[in-house]
Amino acid sequence: MSKPQIELRSSPHLRPRLRQTPSVDSIMRNVVYALLPICAFAVYRFGISALALIVTVLAACLLTEALFNHLGKRANSLNDYSAVITALLLALTLPPGFPLWMGAVSGFIAIALGKAMFGGLGYNLFNPALVGRAFAQAAFPGAITSWTPAGVEGRFIEFIPGTLTLPFTRPQEVSQWVETVAVDGFTGATPLALQKFAGEATAATELFTGMVTGSLGETSALLILLCGLYLIARRMMDWRIPAGILITVALVSGAFYLIDPNQYPDPLFMLFSGGLMLGAMFMASDMVASPVTPLGVWIYAALIGIITVMIRLFAGLPEGVMYAILLGNAAAPLIEQLTQPRAYGHTRGRTRGRKRGDQA
Amino acid sequence: MGLLSWFRPSAPRHGIHPDDHKAQTCGKAIRRLAFAPRLIVPLGQHIGKPSKPIVRVGQEVVRGECIAEADGFVSVALHAPASGIVEAIELRQMARGDVGQAIVIRVCQGDSQQTLGSPCDPDTLDSKALLERIQQTGLVGLGGAAFPTHVKLAIKPEQQVDTLLVNGCECEPYLTCDHRSMLEYSADLILGIELALRITGASRAIIGIEDNKPDAIAKLRDELTHKPWISVRSVPSFYPQGAEKVLLKTLLGREVPSGGLMVEVGATMQNVGTLTQLGRLLTRGEGLIERVVTVAGPGVERPGNYLIPIGTPVGFVLEQVGFHGKTTELVLGGPMMGQSVASLDAPITKGSSGLLVMDEAAVMEEQRKSYPCIKCGECVRACPLHLNPKELGLLAAKREYELMAERFHLNDCFECGCCTLVCPASIPLVQHFRVAKAVNRERVA
Repeated sequence: MSKPQIELRSSPHLRPRLRQTPSVDSIMRNVVYALLPICAFAVYRFGISALALIVTVLAACLLTEALFNHLGKRANSLNDYSAVITALLLALTLPPGFPLWMGAVSGFIAIALGKAMFGGLGYNLFNPALVGRAFAQAAFPGAITSWTPAGVEGRFIEFIPGTLTLPFTRPQEVSQWVETVAVDGFTGATPLALQKFAGEATAATELFTGMVTGSLGETSALLILLCGLYLIARRMMDWRIPAGILITVALVSGAFYLIDPNQYPDPLFMLFSGGLMLGAMFMASDMVASPVTPLGVWIYAALIGIITVMIRLFAGLPEGVMYAILLGNAAAPLIEQLTQPRAYGHTRGRTRGRKRGDQA
Repeated sequence: MGLLSWFRPSAPRHGIHPDDHKAQTCGKAIRRLAFAPRLIVPLGQHIGKPSKPIVRVGQEVVRGECIAEADGFVSVALHAPASGIVEAIELRQMARGDVGQAIVIRVCQGDSQQTLGSPCDPDTLDSKALLERIQQTGLVGLGGAAFPTHVKLAIKPEQQVDTLLVNGCECEPYLTCDHRSMLEYSADLILGIELALRITGASRAIIGIEDNKPDAIAKLRDELTHKPWISVRSVPSFYPQGAEKVLLKTLLGREVPSGGLMVEVGATMQNVGTLTQLGRLLTRGEGLIERVVTVAGPGVERPGNYLIPIGTPVGFVLEQVGFHGKTTELVLGGPMMGQSVASLDAPITKGSSGLLVMDEAAVMEEQRKSYPCIKCGECVRACPLHLNPKELGLLAAKREYELMAERFHLNDCFECGCCTLVCPASIPLVQHFRVAKAVNRERVA
């Protein structure tokens, strides 16, 4: 009998069950799958302008990722799909008529400043898509708040005027175009802005099914919920983060609603309007920028929920999810530091914060 | 399967559910393996000082005869696993690739299987005499740690032990030797438990068995109906349920203090294999010369549980059970914490609970692409000791080994490997921790 060829390896020797431990790229790929229906719905609602915007942002993000891989002499990281997620999330936060060149610049910033500068996947402090979105908000305040109606006739053959703006020029005013296509009563404001500045409420059912105006991805809360549930069912997303945020928003806004129903919107409106659902499901739950400790996850989610409601109700902006998540990201390392789980055989607090060289 | 398998199986809160592969051997009764032409009996098979040889080269030894005696308290005796001639006392290759002193016995094939022993009635001995006897039998923890049993059973007068825990979990995949021992040697096991109860002064014993072994649970419950002080508890099956600290928590809800011992919280634990041998050897006055080893894995032709003489070379076992050509790795012990075998000449020792013949499809891919940590928290959820492997791993990458020990309890880690197995980024976490511990040990020394 021939001698077997044996190799020396270190334990564990067992091959992991693939379904129990998906690899990083398969997690990322599934997030992309979960985002695709939302993108498709956006294209259905807003037409080829939305499609062009998504493709442009995607191209900008992938090229930027490739550029920084080349400059940093790092291995190709395009195939881990993380840049695709950033691109899709960023595109979904932009208004449908957003000029393509601005989308490209935002995509570049998202990857360059949000991710590559920190060292690539796994090292970013903030959700890269939101870094790009925050940049767009600061740099193009006009374009990012010019909303166009959804479901316009001819949306699949005609671009929204702002879309094809020449690079480094301002987009033309869309209100005239809007008047020619709009159904009656379109005011060019999102439900949140309507509520905040005009005191007009939008029915929760309309918000739920997405028959409202807004960014590409902040229309149908129902669809986003379903896509998020897909990831949760496959245990590729921490369900506690979206659950924590939504519960906190419902509780805090519910409390204000009970105090004065005339002044404050009802909790259902708060839950299903604006970017909350997308942010809670897909952005706040970004693994890299959120804490992992059991208690820390809940604190992080509650923090984002509270800041969101505070900005929406009391700040000068109609929407606050983006800043809430960015602030949550910033606080995440600290939250994690303070909520280290009690390790087996230790009493809580005995070893926490022990300095170097001290003995217990 | 189909659609269901598309969803990920649920994982226990702290631990993992690997494929257990136990069906291959759990139905196979224990069989005896033939004597190898040469047996290599290492002097240092246990934790503690190596045994001191009391035989000369060229001397004839009888099966069961003492060939080396304990050197100090934390040390045990060795006995000849077969009759033959001491061929050499020299440095030999051990399983993990190092070399160690070993007594090499050329076996007289065809000689009697009779074992030398001086039977006695344990009831006539007090616990001090019993401990001495146990040391002379050469018994060590057969679960894999190979810690001398008499040391663990010797409870200091100032310490109180109320419960003896008996570990029948066998949570490592592939292994079924404890399972079979419980089924086939239950009388010895119960005798061993009674003796251990007397020695430790504990008032009750709890046998913890994973619920994937219902036949063993039923059999032992059946035989223990008249002994209410020994209870059998079915515990959830997951890895590492059988780790000492984890099982203590499951059975009694107590935790071993960090850096401390289990006796500090009033309990002590023994493996079922160890207590089975204790009951068997003490009454017969024999030494530990053979043990049940699960020989399994995809590369084995006749997998099963074999009673293998200590010192049998791994290569000889393979010849006896047959193997397929594409073997890539041999593992002594379980697949999660076992030792990769470096040489086919390495012997089976007292601590070898399994010999696994793995092929390419069964072992972890060495080349699986490693990604940066994406802080998904899988390892934090998998760690049975509630450590933070993510933080430890990030610190290890920065070589902050001291910080790992001081702030993140590196030294509590018992290297079960759960974190490595669940990591989506394929970061070799537990391997990093081993390096960190080794560096820290050197720094202290």
